[in-house]
Amino acid sequence: MLKIKNLHASVEDKSILKGINLEIKPGEVHAIMGPNGSGKSTLASVIAGKEDYEVTDGEIFFEGKDINELAAEERAHKGIFLSFQYPVEIPGVSVTNFMKTAINETRKAKGLEDMPAKDMLKLIREKAELLEIDRKFLSRSLNEGFSGGEKKRNEIFQMAMLEPKLAILDETDSGLDIDALRIVANGVNKLKSKDNAVLVITHYQRLLDYIVPDFVHVLYKGRIVKSGTKELAHELEEKGYDWIKEEVNA
Amino acid sequence: MDLKEKLISSFWAFENHQNEDAYLHNIRTEAIKSFEDKGFPTKKEEAWKYTSLNSILKNDYSVFPKLENTIEYNDVKKYFIHDIDTYKIVFIDGKYSSHLSQTTHDGMDICLMSSALSKPKYRILIENYFNKIAKNDSLTSLNTAFSSEGAYIHIPKNKMVAKPIQILHFSTGNESAIMLQPRNLIVVDENSLVQIIERHQSLTDNTVLTNSVTEVFINKRAIVDYYKIQNDNLNASLIDNSYINQKQESICSVHTFSFGGKLTRNNLNFFQHGERINSTLKGITIIGDKQHVDHNTLVHHKEPNCESHQDYKGVFGENSTGVFNGKIIVDKEAQKTNAFQSNKNILISDKASINTKPQLEIFADDVKCSHGCTIGQLDESAMFYLRSRGIPEKEAKALLTYAFSNNVLNSVQIPEIKQRINKIIANKLGVNLGFDL
Ligand SMILES: Nc1ncnc2c1ncn2[C@@H]1O[C@H](COP(=O)(O)OP(=O)(O)OP(=O)(O)O)[C@@H](O)[C@H]1O
Ligand SMILES: [Mg+2]
Repeated sequence: MLKIKNLHASVEDKSILKGINLEIKPGEVHAIMGPNGSGKSTLASVIAGKEDYEVTDGEIFFEGKDINELAAEERAHKGIFLSFQYPVEIPGVSVTNFMKTAINETRKAKGLEDMPAKDMLKLIREKAELLEIDRKFLSRSLNEGFSGGEKKRNEIFQMAMLEPKLAILDETDSGLDIDALRIVANGVNKLKSKDNAVLVITHYQRLLDYIVPDFVHVLYKGRIVKSGTKELAHELEEKGYDWIKEEVNA
Repeated sequence: MDLKEKLISSFWAFENHQNEDAYLHNIRTEAIKSFEDKGFPTKKEEAWKYTSLNSILKNDYSVFPKLENTIEYNDVKKYFIHDIDTYKIVFIDGKYSSHLSQTTHDGMDICLMSSALSKPKYRILIENYFNKIAKNDSLTSLNTAFSSEGAYIHIPKNKMVAKPIQILHFSTGNESAIMLQPRNLIVVDENSLVQIIERHQSLTDNTVLTNSVTEVFINKRAIVDYYKIQNDNLNASLIDNSYINQKQESICSVHTFSFGGKLTRNNLNFFQHGERINSTLKGITIIGDKQHVDHNTLVHHKEPNCESHQDYKGVFGENSTGVFNGKIIVDKEAQKTNAFQSNKNILISDKASINTKPQLEIFADDVKCSHGCTIGQLDESAMFYLRSRGIPEKEAKALLTYAFSNNVLNSVQIPEIKQRINKIIANKLGVNLGFDL
């Protein structure tokens, strides 16, 4: 589904990703861990098509096609979704209106008619229930004044609405209380199928108890320096990153 | 002959045909003299530093447009707020159109300036109010000299006017360039309430210059809610001179929505005479092309315990230019004044520009005044957020533009106006976002 080859990316001439190789197949869950500043969010943004980051070398294929030239919205239309580490506040646009626009623009790109208002409301209600989001929330301005946890839950609500093929969750667990973590993880798991994939970026093993990864990668200084199975996450939780840093620097 | 000379000589030709009494004759002749002395404003004047009238004054305007064209309601329906019942005072090329209008004399007067100026029964009001707060600056004087038609509204005390009043000025462009000088007088007596919607609309591509003057007198505890919808075509220019006089505990809000026209200048002046007065001035400007919109506001606080709120949002694309010049005067007597002013702008093109300037003249010591102006671009991280959800660049820009300006709509009391403005904004931004903006 996603194949990244020797990806190098920089921002303002500062090189951040220095040769990433990663392949994610349908049905798989991958986790990326790694120290602060190692480039995890950068990788997520580059996959989602953020223009500030310049791909200086390497390729990203999604379902066999090179997506490097595609705009962020075109990638979204193909089924790539990024749950932001820091969701942006958009005062003046309600969650509902935002979702309507996102859904209908995606449909338009696929040559489909707008979703009938009735179906839209039903879908919104259904997904809000799945994530235990209060109805009142949906008429509030997008992310404005939302608590950290509410923002994250709202990201997964949007994911549930858009049903992406590849969901990238960038520290979706940070800021969530125990109950919210369970609700959000449960939401992600309900959407999981053999045809879609999830890339989870996290610092904590805790989330991976709920969303169980098939592979765990460690990103350090812009490279994937170690890959393993879910046991690797346990090991990192116990030992931290020093042993890996030593291995790399040796 | 340049426009100034042409206007002056036309004035004397016009005035000699009016068989008016000395009272109005004196006002007019003084006004034309004042205009003659001052001439049209130039960029040398502080208040006109960023707005040049040169390009619009060079046209050979017809000052007294030829006979009225008839227009069918269905052809112009879209310019009305037509989904609710309203009073209508409609003019075509400066002349009253009775078949498009719906006026009344039933317990109040919602009618014509021409009748008010000529009929004896209105004389006391005219002598008390006409040209009493309009400044004698050059453009207002010019209008006063020529004023013959417009809306005349008098709401006696303790009256809630159930339907909004729409004042519409259509120009049909019978001639290649016309100049219109509507003159409105609105007097609202104690405890009364009225809502007014004003629009100037050219129906052809011919050149139009409108120099409008409106005087509004709001007596004790009365409420006036005024909406100006400016979405004219690119050959139409508007200079709107509005003077609002408020008495104690009255409330007045003016919303100015500027989306169209070649050059638009809004001179909006509030004078507070009395305590506990509330004045609100809000505006949304969204323009592109080579359009120019200039908001020149004045709030003069003369007595204690009053408030004023100004909130103007501007979005400037392509080669458009904007000006916001907001003056607040707080007299020494006006203690405990709360005066707020905010002007926020977004430039969505490298070639667009805005000049924004607050001017505070505060002579009282116990006041709360705040002002702020910002000029920025659309937030890049917000753009990426929207686009990553599948919303294309153009739609994302539109959504953010709308989001930026829409808080101004919160204070709009007539839902149909809100809907209309949203529709105009969506149109203006060239998007259909799948929901009513
Ligand atoms: N727009 C930018 N301009 C300058 N530097 C940037 C920019 N974006 C990222 N960086 C830098 O790139 C490096 C990687 O940042 P990134 O956000 O990808 O790290 P991360 O692994 O997600 O860290 P964290 O765990 O703290 O979220 C950091 O040193 C960061 O300061
Ligand atoms: Mg990060």
